[in-house]
This record gives sequence, structure tokens and C-alpha cells, in this order.
Amino acid sequence: MRETLAGTGVLIRLGLRRDRWLLPAWIAGFAATTYSTAVAGAELYPDVASRVEAATALNATASLVALFGRVYDPTSLGALSLIKYTAFMAAILAVLMVFITVRHTRSDEESGRLELLGGGRLGRDAPLAAALAISFGMSIVLGLITAVSLAAGGLPAAGSLAFGLGWAATGMAFSAVAGVTAQLTASARAATGMGVGVVAVTYGLRAVGDLAEPGPSALSWLSPIGWNQQIRAFAGDQWWVLALPLALCAALVPVARALRARRDLGSGLREERSGPARGSLRGVGDLAVRLQVRLLAAWAAAFVVFGVVIGSLVGNVTDLLSSPNAQDLIKMLGGTQAMTDAFIAAEISVMGLLAAAYGLSAASRLRDEETDGHVEALLGTATTRPRWATSHFALALAGVAVLMLLAGLSVGAGAAIVLADVNQLGRVTVAAAAQIPAAWVMTSAVLAVFGWAPRLTGTVWALLLIFVALGEFGVLWNAPEWVMELSPFRHSPLLPLDAGAVGPLLGLTVAAAALAALGYAGWRRRDLAT
Amino acid sequence: MAGVVKRFGPVVALNGLDFSVEAGEVHGFLGPNGSGKSTTIRLLLGMLRANTGSIRVLGLDPWRDVASLHRRLAYVPGDVALWPNLTGGEVIDLLGRLQGGQDVARRDRLLELFDLDPTKKSRAYSKGNRQKVALVAALATDAELFLLDEPTSGLDPLMEEAFRGCVRELRDQGRTVLLSSHILSEAEALSDRVSIIREGRVVETGRLEELRHLTRTSVTADVVAVPAGLDALPGVHDVVVTNHRVSAQVEPSGLAPLMRALTDAGLVALTSQPPTLEDLFLRHYGTAVPEAAAGLGSGRTADA
Repeated sequence: MRETLAGTGVLIRLGLRRDRWLLPAWIAGFAATTYSTAVAGAELYPDVASRVEAATALNATASLVALFGRVYDPTSLGALSLIKYTAFMAAILAVLMVFITVRHTRSDEESGRLELLGGGRLGRDAPLAAALAISFGMSIVLGLITAVSLAAGGLPAAGSLAFGLGWAATGMAFSAVAGVTAQLTASARAATGMGVGVVAVTYGLRAVGDLAEPGPSALSWLSPIGWNQQIRAFAGDQWWVLALPLALCAALVPVARALRARRDLGSGLREERSGPARGSLRGVGDLAVRLQVRLLAAWAAAFVVFGVVIGSLVGNVTDLLSSPNAQDLIKMLGGTQAMTDAFIAAEISVMGLLAAAYGLSAASRLRDEETDGHVEALLGTATTRPRWATSHFALALAGVAVLMLLAGLSVGAGAAIVLADVNQLGRVTVAAAAQIPAAWVMTSAVLAVFGWAPRLTGTVWALLLIFVALGEFGVLWNAPEWVMELSPFRHSPLLPLDAGAVGPLLGLTVAAAALAALGYAGWRRRDLAT
Repeated sequence: MAGVVKRFGPVVALNGLDFSVEAGEVHGFLGPNGSGKSTTIRLLLGMLRANTGSIRVLGLDPWRDVASLHRRLAYVPGDVALWPNLTGGEVIDLLGRLQGGQDVARRDRLLELFDLDPTKKSRAYSKGNRQKVALVAALATDAELFLLDEPTSGLDPLMEEAFRGCVRELRDQGRTVLLSSHILSEAEALSDRVSIIREGRVVETGRLEELRHLTRTSVTADVVAVPAGLDALPGVHDVVVTNHRVSAQVEPSGLAPLMRALTDAGLVALTSQPPTLEDLFLRHYGTAVPEAAAGLGSGRTADA
């Protein structure tokens, strides 16, 4: 044991040094978000009656239950305010922990950095142990700080602690999952993909499980994200549920260790297969497609599933407020059409944000290819810089468009069937397509930063998060209008679309084109990073 | 290249570099790590932009005329990074097509020569095999100019020999090769002319024979009785005597007097080594050597 763990402490320090900005930034982001939500909740739902009304409506809406889960105590301010955070944000946290764990295990192994260190006094299990120490530590610190921010936001201390510890345990469980996937495949991207896939499947399990009446079915209890919901912070605080993710950790860590012991440094569990001796790639465009098509296919599949679920739940929206008063209210607001439109618009704009995240990650491949040293070989040939940059950039733009069209078609098809109105297919697809230019602006922003300040390419992610936060909390923060308008997503037209949508769409497209042109200009004139 | 200056922030990588390669020659480009070899080559490829100075390659401006220039040259980077999930064969074909076509027969011959399995995923290749992928891709093209940045750094001696054969073949076909290296025997074996770069400047350039006369031959002799006053002979330096063995560093002008003295002393055995590029290096980096030899730091030149 001692031998195989030698050097763990050194690796932990190295990892913390490398992530000295990343980890605190994420923790601060989660803390600010949870604090804001706690404060916002108290303003939105000042008395018990308002909470019960909102919670009952929410629990009766299948699509919202599928997305976020149930409010287990309708009188509880904390349970209602944090409804988006027990499953949805927990899943985002889980993805983050997968990234961090793979970053310190398989990525270092693939790049050969661990081999460099392995020549020193370094035990076989040290990299895994150090990565898990970092991600477990990150989970615990993030959980505790979350608990403090919730309590500072005015929520009960016990519930805040239960909620924070729930996030901590969920983060740890998915770190352990990534510890296992990192042993299975030689590619860090594939290991991350498998880890994120596990998050998606467990999220889906609890979505189906939560829909069962009256309460969660066994499926929710099969999912670590479901466990996090069943802790029921602020709604009974079931502390014993915390034992489940911790038990999963205790089970998975030895599995990861055993898998590591069965393989060589740098290899996966499976022998690397050989491939074709002759290549069919005709140029950099083909190469970009080859490098990115799997990621796009995974996103497309997720968008279709998400879209069909959302679309099929459109009918429930009008059922949720069945009291005569509420019916009057709906008529006043523009009828059931307006209700379903508002629901579809909200979901479509979430998908627009996700599509922007895809565009950002696909365009960021430009920077990855440069730092990996792949570009040097390509630019040594007759390939020009703009041509190479276009290969990944155009793919990112096209990917965003494909995703939003799929989103529109799948949501629209569901709505058309549920509402027995074939026109929905067309109008929802057009509404989804209207989200494309805003996502393109973010995609082009990557190219612009890549062209002028390549090392800062990653900061576009921070920009995206700021825009998302502005959309969510801008009003609460009393952000000035001009700050809110900095976000391209604020200019995306929503259902029902009319002629007034043309102006903003044109403006966003021009902004995207301008950013792209700026990016090309910078990329043409700067030194290649080597 | 004339008067080329390249700065990276406060670091001056090239400090007024003058450098030219003639058509049809194999030109060795020598210098220690960090002396600016790769920076020079990347400037020639338009991957970096010079702060001042002029650069022409095949009559073109490498910064402006990228595509038309690169169609006529082939490049092997010093540190070959490949896409982990593409096979070697796929990479070779891709690079060949981007170059504007490669000779399939020559490609297959080169694969055989370098004993490279093109069906393996790049992830599974060793450093030497990644180097071979880049070499095969470059050598299979019909370029006029080959820019090879430390091309043999990962190759075993057998493969190095195969590589030398390829370079000689290129020279016989009248192609121009720029070969950067810190492996002296390689440049010595292949180059028509060499340039030596140090701290961002070319400090010496010329035919090997021309440079050789600047340096000393290393002579070791076994004699019956060691004569006195050897180190007083003109052109004879660093005389070391152990028992009946004498070794010394000798300038060309000192060879004749030394030989006479040794013959008179009853010469039993004699070895002499022609000056190697190591000696050229020592001459030009001589100032840095005592420092390193004294065990102080890792030497300034390595950081330049």
C-alpha cells in the first residue's frame, strides 16, 4: 500500500498549483449562485400560501418534475427555492468533478506528463489517489461553502448543511465514477465522455423515477442524483441518505485501483486496435469532422431526447392551473396558446444556451489543436491559416445550427402531436432556429479571443456563465439594463415570433460575423504558439 | 535571412541573424538547445513573424506567400505531435494531400525503409515512430526545399543510417535540404556547408573544410621516452603526459614540428582525430564551457 501510494502528496500539491484559479473560481461561482437563489426565494415567496401555490403547481407539472424533481414540503422556502439545484445543478457539479478527475488522471497519462513523473519516486496508485484527493477535497469544500452561503442567505442552518453535504457527497460519488472511467480507455476525451454519459443516464433515471405517482419510484433510488434529491434538504433532512453516495465511493475506489493494477501506464483496458494503412481524409475539413463528429453526434442525440421529452409534456402546461381564477388569469394573459408558448419558449431558450456551450467547446478545439502541436504539422503544408481555422470554426457554427434545428423539430413534433396541431412543428422549429444567431455570437467570440489573446480562449466560458447568470438573476441583482443587454441571449426573439424578430436576428448575425472577422484578422497576424 | 530580430516579450530569440542556404546544397544548422534553431525554421515557414529584418525563401516572402511557398517545400517539426486516434498511414496521406500530392510508390518504399507500421494508431507510436511518420510524409513529397528540424532525434542508429541515405538521394536529385541538429556527427556526415548559431546569431558559416582549418587535431602518441619541451612547440596546446603516452591539441601549423619531435623520441603508436564539430562547438561556446565544467548552473546558453 505504501509503495503504490508513494508521491501522492507531491502530486496533490502539483495539481492544486495547476488548478489554483480554476477551483476557487468554480467554488465562488457556486457560492454566489446559491446565495443569490436563497435571497431571491425569500422575495419571491414571502408567505406560506404563496409557497404552497407555487410548489403544488410545480409538483403537478410533469415536465418540471422530470427536469428538476419534486418539492417534498410545499411549505418549505428552502425546498422550493432550491428546486433547480438538487438535481440539475447537482448534475452540472457532477460533470465538473468528472472533468477535474480525468484532468488529473488520464489527461496527464495521455500527454506523457505522468511518465515524466513516474521515473521519480512515484507509486502506481499515486496519480489516482492524488486526483481523487483533489476532487473529493473540492467537493467537500464546495459543499461546506454552499451550506454557509445558504445559511447566510437566510435559510435554516440544518437544511443548509444537509443541502451542502448532499452536493459534497454527490461530487465525491461522480469523482469516483470518473476514477473508474479513466482506467478504461487510453483517451482522456473518451474517459470524460463516459463519465458525462454516466451523469446523463443517472439524471435520466431519476427523471423517469420522479414522474411516478405519488412519489419517486425505485428508478430514482438507483441514481446518485436521485439520492441527492432524496436527502430532502429543508423538507425533512433525511441525513441517512448521505450514506448511499459515500458507500458508492467506497465501492468504486477499489474497483479503480484494481483496474489500474491490471493495465500498463498509458494504455486502456482494451488493446488498441489497428486501423487503415491508407487515409481517406482529403483535407483539413475532413480532419475537423473526423475529430469532432463523435462529440456532435452525442450532443445531437441528447438534444433529440431532451426535445422529445419537452415536446410531449407541452399538454400538461395548461392542466396545471385548473382553478377558475387561474383559468381567468390564463385568458387574460392570452389564453392557453400563450401558456404553451411561454413554456416552449423557456425550454427552447435553455436549449439555445446549451447549443452555445456546444459551439464554444467545438470552436475551442482551435486552441487545443494549437497547444497540442498538431497545427504546426498542418501549417507546414500548403494549408493556409484561415483555411485551417475555418475547418473547426465552420463545423462549430454548423453544429450549433444542427442542434437547434433538431431541438425545434423534436419539441415541435411533440407539441404538434399533443396539441393535435400540425402547425406547431413549423412554428416551434422556426422559434428554435431564432436562437441560433445568439449562440453563433458566443462561438465567434471564441475565434476572436483565439486570434488576439489565445491564452485567454478559456475565458469565453466564464463569459457564457456570466450571461447565463445575468439572464437568471439580472433582475434580482438590479443589474442596469445596458449590462443585461450585453448578453446576446437577451436579444434572441421568443415565441410568438413576429416581424419584429428580424431586426435583432440580423443584429446578432452581424455581431457574430464581426467577431469572426476580428478573429481571422488576429489569427492571420499573430505568431503560432509553440 | 538578413538582420532578422525575433523577440518573444522581453526574450530576444534571434538577435540580428544573417543566414543563407544555397540551392541544391545540404546545409547543416548547428547550435545547442535554445540557441534559436527552431525559431529560425518557424520564421522560414511563416509560423512566426520577424520583428525586423528580411526573409526570402525560394524567392518568396514566407509570411505573405504561405500557400504557394509551402507547396514547394516540406517540413518535419522537431517535436512531432500527431492525432492520437488517427493511424500513421492516415496522417501520412493527409499531410501528403495537403502538400499537394505525394508519390505513392515512394511513400510505400519509405515505409518499408523505415520499418514503420502504418496501421497503428498514433497514440501507440513511440517518439521515434512519430518522427518516422513525419519523415515519410515529408520525404514522399516532391518538394524543392526540405526543412528538417532535428529529424533524427528519436531514431535508432539503423534508422539514422536509412535517413542519411534519403538525404543523400535528395542531394543527388538537386534538392535543397536545411538540417538543424545538435548531433554533430549527423551534420558532419551529411552537410555540404554548416552554419553555427549561438544566442540568436550565426557565428560561423562555411564549408566544413574551411571551418576545419580553424581547429586543432587531437593527437595521442605512445613513445619510448617522452621528450621535454613539447608544449613549447608553436601550435601545440594542452600537452598531457602519462607514463609513455603523450596527448595534445595541435593546430595544422604545429603538426610537422610535433611529428618530428615524436619520431625522434621513438614513436610506438599514434592516433590522430580530425577536428569534429564538437571542436567547432567548443571553440564557439568555449566561454561557456569552463563555467559548466566548474559545476556552476546549467550554462547560460541553454536558456538563451
